[in-house]
Amino acid sequence: MADSSLRQPIAVAGSRSRKAGKFQWGKWLLVAFVFGFLGLILLVPALNVFIQAFKAGLPGLLDTFTSKFFLNAAKLTLITAVITVPLNTVFGLCAALSLANKNFPGRSLLISIIDLPFSISPVVAGLMLVLLFGNRGWFGPLLEASGIKIIFALPGIVMASIFITMPFIAREVLPALEENGTQQEEAAATLGATQWQTFWRVTLPSIKWSLLYGLILTNARAMGEFGAVTVVSGNIVGKTQTLPLFIEEAHIQYNSQAAYTASLLLACLAVVTLVLKYLLERRAGIQHRGH
Amino acid sequence: MTSSPPSSSPGLWHQILHAPWTWRVTWFYLTLFLFLPMAALVLKALTLNPAEIWRIATDPVAISTYNVTFFTALVASIINGFAGLIIAWVLVRYEFPGKRFLDAIIDLPFALPTAVAGLTLSTIYSSNGLIGGFLEPFGIKVSFTRLGVLVAMIFIALPFSVRTVQPVLQDMEAEMEEAAWSMGASQWQTFWRVILPPLMPAILTGVAMGFSRAVGEYGSVVIIAGNIPFQDLIAPVLIIQRLEQFDYAGATVVGTVLLLISLSALLVINLIQARGRRFYG
Repeated sequence: MADSSLRQPIAVAGSRSRKAGKFQWGKWLLVAFVFGFLGLILLVPALNVFIQAFKAGLPGLLDTFTSKFFLNAAKLTLITAVITVPLNTVFGLCAALSLANKNFPGRSLLISIIDLPFSISPVVAGLMLVLLFGNRGWFGPLLEASGIKIIFALPGIVMASIFITMPFIAREVLPALEENGTQQEEAAATLGATQWQTFWRVTLPSIKWSLLYGLILTNARAMGEFGAVTVVSGNIVGKTQTLPLFIEEAHIQYNSQAAYTASLLLACLAVVTLVLKYLLERRAGIQHRGH
Repeated sequence: MTSSPPSSSPGLWHQILHAPWTWRVTWFYLTLFLFLPMAALVLKALTLNPAEIWRIATDPVAISTYNVTFFTALVASIINGFAGLIIAWVLVRYEFPGKRFLDAIIDLPFALPTAVAGLTLSTIYSSNGLIGGFLEPFGIKVSFTRLGVLVAMIFIALPFSVRTVQPVLQDMEAEMEEAAWSMGASQWQTFWRVILPPLMPAILTGVAMGFSRAVGEYGSVVIIAGNIPFQDLIAPVLIIQRLEQFDYAGATVVGTVLLLISLSALLVINLIQARGRRFYG
């Protein structure tokens, strides 16, 4: 970010020194194209969520907000995120700490493996869990005998969410750790700090922004995951229905008010996510990249 | 000795037993939540006999879903490749009102749950929707057709194309273009010979990442598409339909095909990036 703010004035000054009239024309044509394209693909659809949700005014919203099935779906989505995010945080931190500032054979392979869930279709991820824990899956008979339900129940939904959001934190924290190096940690160890003390007082404060960035992305994806959860949840209304599943069901039943009210809630989550992401990118100089 | 991860001297078992606990947590977690599920799919596929696998994989419905999925994802990611280049260019090189807002909203598809995206896109692009209504008189239907699948895939994959090109463009020296200009190159020559070549690896990476994401996408597509076989049924939806019919073999084979394609896309991305580093590093 700092880099770009240095360069932009140069670029603008440079473009101004060119054949001014013609070049400016090209500039505004391109700007108009960007506004048009993003308008059609992103802006209008995003605004539409708010328009449709408020179509019937406050009563329409309250109708859905107080319905039992909606509340159950919202609760399940929240519970899923509350379990998924901390578990993935512990994993992400452990993986990043194991990989940072170290050199061993297979290191880049391990990084690719951790990134793997981003390349696997969520539906295939869900299918894997069904084949593992479902009725006819590898552990199906064992689970049935011991009375544990994973598929069509909360554990399956959580495992699907964990799978889908696994790489976020490691991939944000790892570059931060690499950039900081190990000098401070070594100094702390020399001064007699234990590993825990070093982690809490030296390492964690130095990566807090990157960690927060990863947490935000993990949470947004965990709350919004649809494909993987569809496969493992069984979509039992009021029991294993998360908010995204509630939206689909309401949409299929032509209950567009309910669908858009639930969408409004998730769209607000997306807006909060984007604002926090934007602030973190500006404050902490975290580079955004594709996910 | 306990603190050093896999080094050279002691045996493998010794290393595993004495690895720091961060290592053990990492491997335990990866094994439980990633390796085990992946193994379940591969092992299930291996229990089927090859003739059976071939029959399911080349079933006409399955073939048509690959066609719809891969072709549409390819078109979407190529459109995004062009649009992403222009968007990145405009965001990096120009100043205009609303620029910061546009820059922030590019990531919307990462933040907005796909069910919401599918819902709102299908409303807007339906024949009586805000945008679909304009297209209707021209006989263009978007929602519940393959065009709808395309729109959803463009939406879902757009950030990849912008965010891979943007940092490279930011680091590019404006002086290079100035030099090309002052030596008498035309605008087009400057673009083709000076600006585009160093951007190419980033553009291709963005296209490949977008393609990979679009191929696997389920949530937004299932809502905007009609999910009719031979028309706009995509492979992930077919997997779910097979599972609903308790056809585990069918789901497994299509899932494995999808997984292999995703892994190939990943390999291509890594190769492009490795080449990019070698030539333009």
